[in-house]
Amino acid sequence: MKRLLILVVALFWTLPARAEIAIQEVTSPGGITAWLVEEHALPFMALEIRFRGGASLDAPGKRGATVLMSGLIEEGAGDMDARGFAEAREALAASFRFDAHDDAFTISAQFLTENRDAAVALLRTALTQPRFDTDAIERVRGQVLSHLTSRETDPMAMVSDRFSRLAFGEHPYGSYSSGTPDSVSALTRNDIVAAFNGAIARDRIYVGAVGDISAEALGTLLDDLFGDLPETGAAIPDRVEFSLGDGVTVVDFDTPQSVARFGHVGITRDDPDFFAAYVVNEILGGSGFNSRLMDEVREKRGLTYGIGTYLIPMDLSEYMIGQVSSQNDTMAEVVEVVRAEWARMAQTGVSAEELASAQTYLTGAYPLRFDGNGPIANIMVGMQMQGLPLDYIATRNDQIMAVTLDEANRVAARIYDPEALHFVIVGRPEGVSSTE
Amino acid sequence: MTRFLSLLLPLLTFLSSPARAGEVTDFVLDNGLQVVVIEDHRAPVVVHMVWYRVGAADEPAGKSGIAHFFEHLMFKATDDLESGEFSRVVEANGGSDNAFTSQDYTAYFQRVAADRLGLMMQMEADRMRDLIVSEDQVITERNVILEERATRTDSEPGALFREQFNAAAHLNHPYGIPVIGWRHEIEALNQVDAQAFYETFYAPNNAILIVAGDVDPDEVQALATTHYGPLQPTPDLPVRARPSEPPQLAERRLVFKDARVGQPYVMRRYQAPERDSGDQAEAAALVYLADLLGGAGATSVLGRALQFDTTTAVYTGASYGATSLDDTGFTLVVVPAQGVSLEAAETEMDRVLSEFMEQGVDAAQFARLKMQIRASEIYALDDVGALADRYGRALTTGLTLEDVAAWPDILQAVTAEDVMAAAARLFDRRRAVTGWVSAGTEEAAQ
Repeated sequence: MKRLLILVVALFWTLPARAEIAIQEVTSPGGITAWLVEEHALPFMALEIRFRGGASLDAPGKRGATVLMSGLIEEGAGDMDARGFAEAREALAASFRFDAHDDAFTISAQFLTENRDAAVALLRTALTQPRFDTDAIERVRGQVLSHLTSRETDPMAMVSDRFSRLAFGEHPYGSYSSGTPDSVSALTRNDIVAAFNGAIARDRIYVGAVGDISAEALGTLLDDLFGDLPETGAAIPDRVEFSLGDGVTVVDFDTPQSVARFGHVGITRDDPDFFAAYVVNEILGGSGFNSRLMDEVREKRGLTYGIGTYLIPMDLSEYMIGQVSSQNDTMAEVVEVVRAEWARMAQTGVSAEELASAQTYLTGAYPLRFDGNGPIANIMVGMQMQGLPLDYIATRNDQIMAVTLDEANRVAARIYDPEALHFVIVGRPEGVSSTE
Repeated sequence: MTRFLSLLLPLLTFLSSPARAGEVTDFVLDNGLQVVVIEDHRAPVVVHMVWYRVGAADEPAGKSGIAHFFEHLMFKATDDLESGEFSRVVEANGGSDNAFTSQDYTAYFQRVAADRLGLMMQMEADRMRDLIVSEDQVITERNVILEERATRTDSEPGALFREQFNAAAHLNHPYGIPVIGWRHEIEALNQVDAQAFYETFYAPNNAILIVAGDVDPDEVQALATTHYGPLQPTPDLPVRARPSEPPQLAERRLVFKDARVGQPYVMRRYQAPERDSGDQAEAAALVYLADLLGGAGATSVLGRALQFDTTTAVYTGASYGATSLDDTGFTLVVVPAQGVSLEAAETEMDRVLSEFMEQGVDAAQFARLKMQIRASEIYALDDVGALADRYGRALTTGLTLEDVAAWPDILQAVTAEDVMAAAARLFDRRRAVTGWVSAGTEEAAQ
């Protein structure tokens, strides 16, 4: 009896909760735009900043320059050396995190209201007067090289690197953004300065701010922080097509458990079919425990701890992948199951029940993402980079719910292609060998 | 049906409460279930967690991994739910759920819209007492766990080393046994083991319910009484007394070699006291000590000496597990720069430690750290899930709500003298374990 009650209640209560996020668009007197959510309950704010381009701006032969540069921004600025800068930041209990991804140079900052002006001034110094001292370069280079050395024997890293190389070749997407031991060893201070000048400019800024600050004060902050940056940076590279055909590539490595990454070409973020593709991917290999692949590979057969699939719409290309680990003697069976599920999705699509359940999950889970100043700022800056409108948060769940069964199945047939699927496997999988 | 409909009105009223963050209320049900409510009304979301006072260190001898194994089985069938239905219902309500196991606790949680709290409680209460542990489920799930061990331990030389390292640190206490279990013992776990473990430890008098988010404490009390109130406690619940360590009289050393190690390092662990109820000052001093020695590279004692003043290391760190039921560890790590041997790295680490013991705490560094620890209390209020974690970890490791409330003030009261006195008690090589990790080739070890 209780079981029946749960089902009835689940249906009754599945009206999607709406995220009530009041976003203001703020334009500073100097002309810099940011999205703001005022939230005065706690005396601090989170600031998420993106500069489009990121590690993809690395010049040919200079792979890793942008990542190394991002690690050096805090290592000395203005009249402070690395230690002086760190001491100043610690005294304010502020946190700054600098990073370079494939498509963006990113800054995540948070600071107390009582220290806001000083924290912004310190961050401004880092963005306008980084020193790139020789000893700092060597220290951070050593850390990057140590990380790169560890990756050379890490199956997860190996599978990712090989897959990217096969799919994108010499384009920046074809290699790891931190570079190789050779490329990083060869970088000079001039290369790092060039990476800095190319990456950080006003023509590519996106800002999300959440917390204890007014629109007016944010306008002032934006001009203080970015007013002195150069107007333009380096040209963004051209688009690249996913060029990996069907097949299997085994990378021999002595480990009891193989790791596989598999995938093929994907779908752009602004494609009219994107929402349908997103829902269908959730059914095949989404984040929860209830995807088809989790059910078939883990729950029914016990062949893995986890398996997932992902749509990857990048700025300059788009693809979809899945990843799974399994013992060497069971990987062949996993590959077979994945291929069969891929084909089933392409041929017969999803059921009405699966669609409804994925829509309910996705629309219900969405408001849960907005659970803190930092996460909200991060979502807002991502929306701006993707060109989404200010009211996207309010309409996103409606777009998920608007996906019909016909549409889902048409899109499943369009995007899933078992004939194009390529597996890269690191390990010693029994009964699986490279196709070429 | 009516039980749920009647909730609608009160729910609507408490959703509109003014924004507050971090207010804590607690109560105990008649069957012994302890309940903690943490309010955060900024978003209509709730985190619902049940923590059991049982972890890997409470397992019967020879059954390593059963606590974590059981965590997996909790997602299988009950008398009211079929296998996997728990997570399906959570997802159908837009929520996410998971669980985790440590040496001292096992916890289950869901994040979901605040108006679904009653449903989460109904299902969580159901599986606290009415799980059906079937032979088939046990065998399939055991394979999943062997895969998990293969992914997270056997494929990671660092994880394999830490197993050996922890084992070396404990001659008698079960903290020396890995949470996931030794492979040969996992392979032998069976339905009878699982059933016995469940019946003893999964009970309201061995659990703590934590509800954090956009909720009203009175409403939580009413819901908890409805759903968890009828559950029967375990009579004669065993007292949590683990075998304890004999005095350590000599340093233990390991040389760990695995061809898959890309970057060699040296690790040193000292046996250290943990936060004890009513007696947290020593632990608070050790929290500072870990940050002073191995916090940020540019400002910590080890970082400055080995990464900045010299180029001995590419990374240095110190960590201290303050929240633990029994004695814990204070761990230092040095990752040498290219061309620096593990022996040289360890020698340098010891030189820096002895200089620190002579020179004492840098007053400016200490003041900055105190400011950061104070600010971290404000930042922590932004993440209600992390706050819930803080209470769960404390209450399953012998601390009380009063201890949790007192902890920030105890941290602010620590003096530089306290830190040095704690360091003097801590740094005794006879109570240390030191490990060298490398690929085993001459080139990597040099």
